[in-house]
Amino acid sequence: MSRTIDLRTIDGVREAQAAGISSTDICSEVFARIDAFDRDLHAFTFLAHDAARARARELDTNGASGPLAGVPIALKDNLCTRRMPTTASSRILRDYLPPYDATVVRRLMDAGAIVAGKTNCDEFAMGSSTENSASGPSRNPWDPTRTPGGSSGGSAVAVAAGFVPVAIGSDTGGSIRQPAALCGLVGLKPTYGRVSRYGLLAFGSSLDQIGPITWTVRDAAVVLNVIAGPDPADATAVDIPVPDFTAGLDGSVSGLRIGVPRELLREGVDRDVLTLFDAAIEELRQQGASVSDVALPHAQYAIPVYYLVATAEASSNLARYDGVRYGFRSSKANSLREMYRRTRDEGFGPEVKRRIMLGTYVLSAGYYDAYYLKAQQVRTLIRRDYDRAFADVDVVVMPTTPTAAFTLGEKVDDPLQMYLADVFTVSANLSGLPALSVPCGFTPAGLPVGLQLTGRMFEEGTLLRIGGAYERMTRWYDKRQPAPLEQALAARVNEPDAAQA
Amino acid sequence: MLAFRMPEILSREEVERIAALASLELTEAEVETFARQLGEILEYARRVQQIDTSGIAPTSHGVSTAPLDRADDPQPSLDRASVLPGAPDPAQDAGLFRVPRVIG
Repeated sequence: MSRTIDLRTIDGVREAQAAGISSTDICSEVFARIDAFDRDLHAFTFLAHDAARARARELDTNGASGPLAGVPIALKDNLCTRRMPTTASSRILRDYLPPYDATVVRRLMDAGAIVAGKTNCDEFAMGSSTENSASGPSRNPWDPTRTPGGSSGGSAVAVAAGFVPVAIGSDTGGSIRQPAALCGLVGLKPTYGRVSRYGLLAFGSSLDQIGPITWTVRDAAVVLNVIAGPDPADATAVDIPVPDFTAGLDGSVSGLRIGVPRELLREGVDRDVLTLFDAAIEELRQQGASVSDVALPHAQYAIPVYYLVATAEASSNLARYDGVRYGFRSSKANSLREMYRRTRDEGFGPEVKRRIMLGTYVLSAGYYDAYYLKAQQVRTLIRRDYDRAFADVDVVVMPTTPTAAFTLGEKVDDPLQMYLADVFTVSANLSGLPALSVPCGFTPAGLPVGLQLTGRMFEEGTLLRIGGAYERMTRWYDKRQPAPLEQALAARVNEPDAAQA
Repeated sequence: MLAFRMPEILSREEVERIAALASLELTEAEVETFARQLGEILEYARRVQQIDTSGIAPTSHGVSTAPLDRADDPQPSLDRASVLPGAPDPAQDAGLFRVPRVIG
């Protein structure tokens, strides 16, 4: 007897388990696929072979329980993992082994997950393509000449290539939703305060949130159930009830009010993306949702506001990397000050330096009011626009990105052009609102495109319900798969207990 | 539409001043590149200055409720022995981080 293991979904893992395939064998299948395809795709920067196998054996021996029992997962490399390298894809944290697990990591492990490894990202999550990683870019499984997006690009690749059904990312300006969209996946940025940030290497503390990247809305809901909730170690993790996010998934969109900021889509959006977006709106309308235009007059300023606020916070957060306490230190220094400067010069890549410089500038005497304070005031106006819109509609929808995946190298020398690709995602971080990206089809070139839903504070459930209903109608994830996943799904694994070692 | 090239608004001296504030040692080439790129980004960012924000309070974070205080009970924190190995030059026996000479 042999069968394929469908590692796209948690249900796929459950089916394999029900057929008698052990966690050890599922783990072997994960690493076999990674061995076969990840040399080219570069989803992972570290593979936790030994820890994963030990954990799988433990689950096989003692029985697995919990919502993620025996489910292999991947973690973005800016999440602290105890005694497992955590570098944020930066040279300055080369070989750094944290002494503790992030709260999110602890919760995932307690729910039964098996950590397969750490995924590639833009250095300190600063970027939209993974090209700012110290270990080189990840490649999009749908077209390896293209970026998977970023900064959580490796996490998206690990799921899109069929290595693991769940990957965790972080989202400061779209870093979960954009790679999910460009890789044909579901990506959720929870409400600011829904998920503890303890153990996430800080980039923009008022913007960062941790969330899942998965093939299906249901799996995103399952993961949010596990990671959400207050944490004594993070004062911003709000103590409000965490509902069962899977409960409303089968609901319909009938009667829901959907707002489209049409004004915002007039310029700069690729024609193919707009066509798919309009088709998705039409689909939702036919299912009973009402659709109206909403005005977000300050959303056009979201990019400059974001890059002023995020870099200011980054310049402060990254002051701690000075060669004293973590990872890398320059060997070419004779005094303490020289050691700080040289360590930071040799340890940080160009984009991180650029952002530290920009953030330092906008916080410096004489520029603070004109840039930083002004940006914070416009941030208030952006949030007010949404609050006004949510008086009339339940969700605001727009494309997740203005284009499908761009070619590697296309924007890397032009930081401003790279920043502009975040035009639809940064508002959710500035306002704190939850936002979900779900696949909404393919361009004529076969590249996936995402539909973004933004909801009221702490109403992730509404987003998941609409996303789930849309997914049931369209089932994009069943229509096409990237080549590596197709090959993996065609390979058969002997059952039980005879997967390749 | 956005492929403009504005005149740079950052001088080399300003770039060097900021680098010093940020404890970054930049090469000549980096100073050159950053003066141009940061100038372009700031030129773009200046559009926020057109907006009338008189009387608008700044938003510093997205938390909509009061931050959560935990009970002020002493808790064990990470112990030195587990933290020091992450440093580039730990003095394990002394329980300290070793750094280069501070005073000439």
